[in-house]
Amino acid sequence: MIRKPLRPLARILEARARGESPDAIERENIRLRHEEMRDRLRQRAEARLLVLGVAFVFAFALVGGRTAHLAASEPEEPRVRAPGASILAQRADITDRHGRVLATNMGTHSLYAQPPLMVDPDTAARELARIFPDLDAEKLRADFTGARKFLWIKRKISPEQKQAVHDIGEPGLLFGPREMRLYPNGSLAAHVLGGAGFGREGVHAAEVIGVAGVEKTFDARLRDPARAGAPLALSLDLTVQAAAERVLDGGMRLLNAKGAAAVLMDVKTGEIVSLVSLPDFDPNDRPAPPPRGEAADSPLFNRAVQGVYELGSTFKTFTAVQALELGLADDDTLIDTSGPMRVSGFAIREFRNKDYGEQTVDGILVHSSNRGTARLALQIGPERQRAFLDRLGLLEPVPVEMPEAAQGAPLLPERWTDLSAVTISYGHGLSVTPLHLAAGYAAIANGGFRVTPTLLRQDAPRLGERVMTAASADKARTMLRRVVTEGTASLGEVRGYRVGGKTGTADKPRKAGGGYYEDKVIAVFASIFPADDPRYVLVVALDEPVETSGAEPRRSAGWTAVPVAAEMIRRVAPILGLRPEIEPAPQTGVTLTAN
Amino acid sequence: MRTLLFVTTACTVIGLAFWAYHQNYRTQQAIAETEALQRQIAETRARFAVLRAEWAYLNRPDRLMELAEMNFDTLGLLPFRPEQFGRVEQVAYPAEDAPEPIANVVEISEQGESTP
Repeated sequence: MIRKPLRPLARILEARARGESPDAIERENIRLRHEEMRDRLRQRAEARLLVLGVAFVFAFALVGGRTAHLAASEPEEPRVRAPGASILAQRADITDRHGRVLATNMGTHSLYAQPPLMVDPDTAARELARIFPDLDAEKLRADFTGARKFLWIKRKISPEQKQAVHDIGEPGLLFGPREMRLYPNGSLAAHVLGGAGFGREGVHAAEVIGVAGVEKTFDARLRDPARAGAPLALSLDLTVQAAAERVLDGGMRLLNAKGAAAVLMDVKTGEIVSLVSLPDFDPNDRPAPPPRGEAADSPLFNRAVQGVYELGSTFKTFTAVQALELGLADDDTLIDTSGPMRVSGFAIREFRNKDYGEQTVDGILVHSSNRGTARLALQIGPERQRAFLDRLGLLEPVPVEMPEAAQGAPLLPERWTDLSAVTISYGHGLSVTPLHLAAGYAAIANGGFRVTPTLLRQDAPRLGERVMTAASADKARTMLRRVVTEGTASLGEVRGYRVGGKTGTADKPRKAGGGYYEDKVIAVFASIFPADDPRYVLVVALDEPVETSGAEPRRSAGWTAVPVAAEMIRRVAPILGLRPEIEPAPQTGVTLTAN
Repeated sequence: MRTLLFVTTACTVIGLAFWAYHQNYRTQQAIAETEALQRQIAETRARFAVLRAEWAYLNRPDRLMELAEMNFDTLGLLPFRPEQFGRVEQVAYPAEDAPEPIANVVEISEQGESTP
């Protein structure tokens, strides 16, 4: 590049000739050169700014365009990622304690119609009525030819029905995929499982929601996609449940009872191994609740969890164990059970007006003496009795994992007077569910710890607070065993399983109030087995049983609930893995000494 | 020198473009395969669920009880009773086998005599 000289010789000579300073020329030239440089630099900076500006515009346009694309495009599943535990988001299975399926899902179809698309509505209506006998052809024709643009015809149809509808060849009849809840065992454990129905429904999918039982309690957990595929393991045992239902059903028919309930519970963990309430229903086709009449007459009613009954003499065990606990009576304390006895003007009588004379606590339980228990209750007093029953959990709904349990709130007397204490001591005036009774007996059976019944499988014992001393619980167990060997529950003996228990026969209170029925009873047998080291507690309750093999009808629990419970233990104990053993002989006359 | 640089750059660009094209198709192929596999897995899972439901349905206690009653003549199945428990000592094991008698006994001492 040729640089322009700052002091061009020609101009300097010229200036000198005119007597001017040549420096002015140089300064002028420097100025011009600087201006030129400045212009060039500005131009370059402007060009750079332009490029930078364009780059920014592109960058922002890119970000904006991508954002708009993401916002406007259809959401799409990541295609390249490896699949997780499950692809189909579906409701988790429910299994029994050994992993056998109690509830699972099935893919099926729903049937809907779009009348505007229909070619031949008359034929379609006629054919549909032929395939589904419960549909009315006239009504369908009215729907298809009316102003409706869309209607559901069937929520769930079988593959055969789908094919038959398909064969009609009507383009206005369409199918939507449906996930269906299936209970493969039919009515088995129906009350525990409850049932499921459809929530929000669309053409392509429908929400399956639990409507009762554990399906409702664990609805959120069963629907949680993060835990899909992990089945919910219940504490129930399918085989035991089936055997228990069969025995109870047979017993109920034989004894002409209108209902029955049984609870089999592990005494250390509180796991409910079997829970039966009869009559029952099929959860695959859950009946609608009765619009009127007694809820208890519906098969949906769970007698073991919802039904509160006065459970009669089974409560005497609690009175006896509390008397032992408080030191009011000992093994050999004699209590007068002879009459007459009046409390607050109310006569306390024995069954068939018997008189047992002086009895020990043991004898009171074996003979099931009302007056003996009443005398113990008067010594205990209402406050202490109430506190003890509360500690056993008999005064509040059982916190078991079923929404129905909240309806089984015990019915307490309004004021807990001396008379209440006396009647409650032998099981009248306080209504609880059979499940309450099982929880109370479990506390005696496991050595004095409160137990919370649960329907979920447990891996370790879950003993609550101590409610009685181990010594009292031990004595109570021995007494319960004696009730079976020499008392009112003699039919309850099962060779090898050393059953202990207490019977209870309570007259049913009249619906309209005012006294009790003469010929309607609730017969209960609360049992523990094996009595020397109890593993299970079984409560069997029969609603209005009557045994007619004798000369006169017999309704007492010893003749009704006890044989049913014994047969149940005989059937169920081997399945539970209990080996029959010969009872250890009582160690009389042997004193254990430490060397 | 400069020409060589241009030619090399152009060749590199062509090479990279070819590689990218190739990779793109391989990726799409892999995605298609994954999708096919995932569909297959989903179908298998669905079939598995149906089979499990069917297994549970066929093994429901009511049906087993009916089958046991129908085939009582041949199987003689009864509910499990406490009397059926036994002890290991009560099991009759087969008698231990006696040591096998030795067949075709060969007298060693005779061999020396018979063979020269």
